[in-house]
Amino acid sequence: MLEFFKNLFAPSTSSSTAKERLRLVLMTDHISLAPEMIEQLKRDLVEVISRYVEVDLQKIDVSFEQQDHALAMLANIPIISVGRPTAEPPKPLETPSAAAPTAAMKSGGDVTPLPKRKRRRRASTAQASV
Amino acid sequence: MFDLVEVVEGRCQLRQALIKDKRFGDCLSILPAAQTRDKDAVTPEQFSSVVAQAAEQCDFVLVDCPAGIEGGFRNAIAGVGEAIVVTTPEVSAIRDADRVIGKLVERALPIRLIINRLRPEMVRTQDMLSVDDVCEILSAELLGVIPDDEEIIDMTNRGEPIALNPSMRLATIYDKIARRLEGELVPFTSFDSPGFFGRLFGALKAG
Amino acid sequence: MHEPVAQPTTEVLAAPTAPRGRAIVVTSGKGGVGKTTTTANIGHALARRGATVALVDADIGLRNLDLVLGLEQRVRYHVLDVLEEKISLDDALVRDKHSPTLCLLAAAQAREKDDVDETKMKALIDQLRERFDYVIIDSPAGIEQGFKNAVIGASEAIVVCTPEVSAVRDVDRVIGLLGNAFRPQLIVNRLRPALVKKGKMLSVEDVNAILRLPLLGVIGDEPEIIITTNRGMPIALQDEGATAAAYRAIAARIAGEDVAAPTVEVKDSFMDRLGSFFGGRR
Repeated sequence: MLEFFKNLFAPSTSSSTAKERLRLVLMTDHISLAPEMIEQLKRDLVEVISRYVEVDLQKIDVSFEQQDHALAMLANIPIISVGRPTAEPPKPLETPSAAAPTAAMKSGGDVTPLPKRKRRRRASTAQASV
Repeated sequence: MFDLVEVVEGRCQLRQALIKDKRFGDCLSILPAAQTRDKDAVTPEQFSSVVAQAAEQCDFVLVDCPAGIEGGFRNAIAGVGEAIVVTTPEVSAIRDADRVIGKLVERALPIRLIINRLRPEMVRTQDMLSVDDVCEILSAELLGVIPDDEEIIDMTNRGEPIALNPSMRLATIYDKIARRLEGELVPFTSFDSPGFFGRLFGALKAG
Repeated sequence: MHEPVAQPTTEVLAAPTAPRGRAIVVTSGKGGVGKTTTTANIGHALARRGATVALVDADIGLRNLDLVLGLEQRVRYHVLDVLEEKISLDDALVRDKHSPTLCLLAAAQAREKDDVDETKMKALIDQLRERFDYVIIDSPAGIEQGFKNAVIGASEAIVVCTPEVSAVRDVDRVIGLLGNAFRPQLIVNRLRPALVKKGKMLSVEDVNAILRLPLLGVIGDEPEIIITTNRGMPIALQDEGATAAAYRAIAARIAGEDVAAPTVEVKDSFMDRLGSFFGGRR
């Protein structure tokens, strides 16, 4: 009974805090362990944004930061020039490989939550090859 | 008495270095590590060839990997076909296990998880991560759960394996793990269910 | 084998006369005995005394000190960034949330222990000693390169041992490697007094009959340690409780105070009363 009240009034239990902290820290670890993925992500981002505006390729900075209860991707992409608005916006990307970054940009602006668990996908591909 | 490095350096045959544990008949042998040599004394290729030789003679070759992800770790995983990752339900152990799993997955080694030192009472009061939590965080398949039990400390002090003594409480747990390694589908002992705690508190009253 | 070490004296424990901080490595050989938890708690206990403390995580590739201190969200740079001069020491040091005189220098997670230049590591620790009263280095398990990196800048050592035969053997090996130059002192961690009483666990005396080191402290195997680590709030931050007091006593001894010899109260904790969960045998 005591336990019940303890849990009711406590902001969060020790185990749920541990789980949440681990979830965040492992996401950060996985990102730091996959620099090639981040490079690819940068290239894809630039490709998409360049279809709309001219960006400064030398000064692009993509980083990840823990913000309270989420991991955020911070992309700093300086824009050099924006063309005159035209009646027809650029066509959306059609190739399946390019679909993912477009969706990410729409959903989150410059602070985009990352896929929750990278390991799961990595593990499943590896297991399939065994 | 010979050790692993001497086998690698060709100063003795593997069968000369293997120490038979007579308590298990002819079934269990141990190849001791060298205590006075660096882990660099052996290359992963050499280690791998010793493991391969042992695998010709035995059904199972278990390699006890040192802590960390340095040379000793690289040696230990060089010749194996699968891996058992042992972790405890504590944040730092889990973060390390995640890093190790990453390295094993890179090598396409199938992995299974043993969660060691679980304290069911602390899991119940939500003061410790549960088995499900750990499996979920690490996205890994479970091989076994070993509760934090004084029997282990006591038996290790005596140099007596728990698995040898069927009356030991934990013997069943190790037996189940062994059967799972042999491919048998063995149900897991639940450490979370009320049934278990019912029994637990029953035992407490009785004790 | 190493030489037996004399009983602790305040001379040995006291800071050197030079106005420089002390660099202490926390090591053990064996993994999972509580080096990181010990480092974090000693750091807080020393900071509580008003000392300035830098904690250095030397476990490149398996970093955890940030997580145990609850600082994982604040780490931007790591020790290799500093060694490779990509970032200044000031930018890499993370100030603790609870103890303002405590700073963390985190390990790199995506790098190898072989990436560390030992000479530069020693220079870094020297640099930290100019600025902090205590520089405490959390060593990785094992006796490979990571261990060498951790001890290179240190002048003193704390060895952490649990009352288990395999831990004692590993610690004995590490003490041999350290030699007397580091004046190693012992912390016996995860002691369960009730089990010692029943003769099922090595006692502090048993452990030290083999290791023969000055005893710095004894820490009980308390569930509170796991609970506080889950939250990233080291137990030494608490004002009350036997474990926090034990860490404070350790800090006082490190600082050279002649505090009472450490003991762990023999009380039946819930876990010990339980004995085990299966047969209910006692």
